[in-house]
Amino acid sequence: MECENGKRAFLQGSEACVEAALTAGCRFFAGYPISPANEIAEHMAARLPKVGGIFLQMEDELASIGAVVGASWCGVKAMTATSGPGFSLMQETIGWAFMTETPCVIVDVQRVGPGTGQATKCAQGDVMQARWGTHGDYMAVSLCPNSVQEVFELTIRAFNLAEKYRTPVTLLTDETTVHLREHLVIPPLENMEIVNRKKPKAGEQIFFGLESVAPMPSIGEGFNVAVTGSTHDERGFRFTADPVVHRRVVEAINNKIRKNLDDIVEVESYNVEDCKVGVVAYGITSRAIYEAVEEAEKRGVKVGYVRLKTLWPFPEKSVQRLAENAEKIIVPEMNLGQIVNEVKRVAGCTEVVPLNKIGGGELITPEEILEKILKEAP
Amino acid sequence: MGERTFSPINYLRPGLRFPFCPGCGLYALSDAFLRAVFELGYDDFRRFCFVSGIGCSSWIPSPYYLADSVHTLHGRSIPVATSIKLLKPELHVVVFGGDGDIVGIGMGHFIHAARRNTDILVIMGNNMIYGMTGGQVAPTTPLKTRTTTTPYGSFEHPLDAARLAAMAGANYSARWTTAHSKELKECFKKALQMDGFRFVEVVTQCPTAYGRRAGFKDIGEMLRWFRKNAVLVAEAGKIGEEELEGKIVVGEFIHRRRLTLVESVYAVLKEAQKDV
Ligand code: SF4
Repeated sequence: MECENGKRAFLQGSEACVEAALTAGCRFFAGYPISPANEIAEHMAARLPKVGGIFLQMEDELASIGAVVGASWCGVKAMTATSGPGFSLMQETIGWAFMTETPCVIVDVQRVGPGTGQATKCAQGDVMQARWGTHGDYMAVSLCPNSVQEVFELTIRAFNLAEKYRTPVTLLTDETTVHLREHLVIPPLENMEIVNRKKPKAGEQIFFGLESVAPMPSIGEGFNVAVTGSTHDERGFRFTADPVVHRRVVEAINNKIRKNLDDIVEVESYNVEDCKVGVVAYGITSRAIYEAVEEAEKRGVKVGYVRLKTLWPFPEKSVQRLAENAEKIIVPEMNLGQIVNEVKRVAGCTEVVPLNKIGGGELITPEEILEKILKEAP
Repeated sequence: MGERTFSPINYLRPGLRFPFCPGCGLYALSDAFLRAVFELGYDDFRRFCFVSGIGCSSWIPSPYYLADSVHTLHGRSIPVATSIKLLKPELHVVVFGGDGDIVGIGMGHFIHAARRNTDILVIMGNNMIYGMTGGQVAPTTPLKTRTTTTPYGSFEHPLDAARLAAMAGANYSARWTTAHSKELKECFKKALQMDGFRFVEVVTQCPTAYGRRAGFKDIGEMLRWFRKNAVLVAEAGKIGEEELEGKIVVGEFIHRRRLTLVESVYAVLKEAQKDV
């Protein structure tokens, strides 16, 4: 469906994702069928050609992400959508995109794993894969929506960050969030920030490995750009044995993210300064914390939370601040404990308590979080 | 207008030199390609984009050609080339890769690009071995050949990539060897003037990783072997399968005009935008 700007709309998460991508300027999509991400590809197949964009169903996920990177080098904003098994297959090329500093958006609709797991059921088991799925040193950027409204907003933000920092960005969502139908408000176009990559001026020859983010030429513009995933210098020439060149390029692609955390990291926090129990949550699970916190407060427990809208880079500062005040931090997640270890890493002496649930797509309920808060409250 | 004279320098990045071993067939492969480009009237690569994978053949354009070049992962050049061609249909999109890259790890993409009749030219340097990694058996290694991973001789049948491309749907598919430089150049010229999926397989000598172990004395002996064993496609049909074992079938396997991917995709775009 098409939705106008500045209007209320009633959309499925997957539709909101597609509409947001088109609003952000996405004009190329390549994907391979996989549950529960199919609706995104199907909406794209219908909508992209209408706005002059190209949709391709490729032979597998390796080809899909490859085509996305190729499209980005043509100066076109490009995206793919997949789920765990497909995300696994894409990892090598995602690493290539980090190394070639290629802006692109990967939507991972999480389902139950490992292996084929439970293909149509919700989970949050890909969060560490989104951080460390490909080999080598890089700074992953992942955003984690918890409503249809936020799928819209964070999809646009994913494109903006990808373009600004010339890096792949993962929209880490899940089966339930993309299948939810909710009202959302689509802000008027003029109120939305849409970022486009920096382009080189004629004659420029430095296209890679700058912490300030090098300008990115497109194919066919006469720049004779050499793109390679092998270690390269600022011009893109291969140096496959030189330690200095390697350190320079890899440190640069890490630092361009690391030095801009304030711009990239986004959280929603509540009562962080004045709480005894803290909750750190993200994605679909974080929807349950509002009610749980409200109920706990009614019973006299001082609760605060940090909801991670940016999951990677990990919002260390916000979680640290929570840890400075709370005596305990509860981390509910639909896996056997992944982000909880990140929280532990930055929580100092504050006790960190996991709350885990896996299988069958059963969500963590507000009651379960409430029960945990009451149990852990001092 | 002054007489145009061919010089490879016009197409190569200044200050860089091909890294191939002495006597490697890839010098001849690149030379035939550059001559074809020149003879078609292109004085530079402004209208070209090169995409390659991992392996010796993939290094031909990247970064040595003075052109836009995308050096992808092992086996993944074709999907990358596909989107580039669709978004920049005005460019010649040319893929360079070896046999391991194109029809080993990248086989799925190869068949599907031929099926879609994707408008790219794929040039496969077939050295019958994994050269860059030190001489392991490839899907194209002739039966009973000794390689580093088949020390007792290879025990699998080699792949006929040029025939496969033709069967899968390519507009054009041909095979020559580096001992057929004139035919090779003409074949590149022909392929560059066509649309759809075009595949040129170039059987090339790899003295370092193949020739030594397979028992060839020198490069001259390898090239003579190419010439002696080359059988034209038309002749091959008349010879029995057993007799063809160990021969190199050269020539054109297909040359036709099927609806291409660029044509189809742009027709869809037009159709979808009719009522907008
Ligand atoms: S290893 Fe073989 S194919 Fe590679 S450059 Fe050397 S001779 Fe050529």
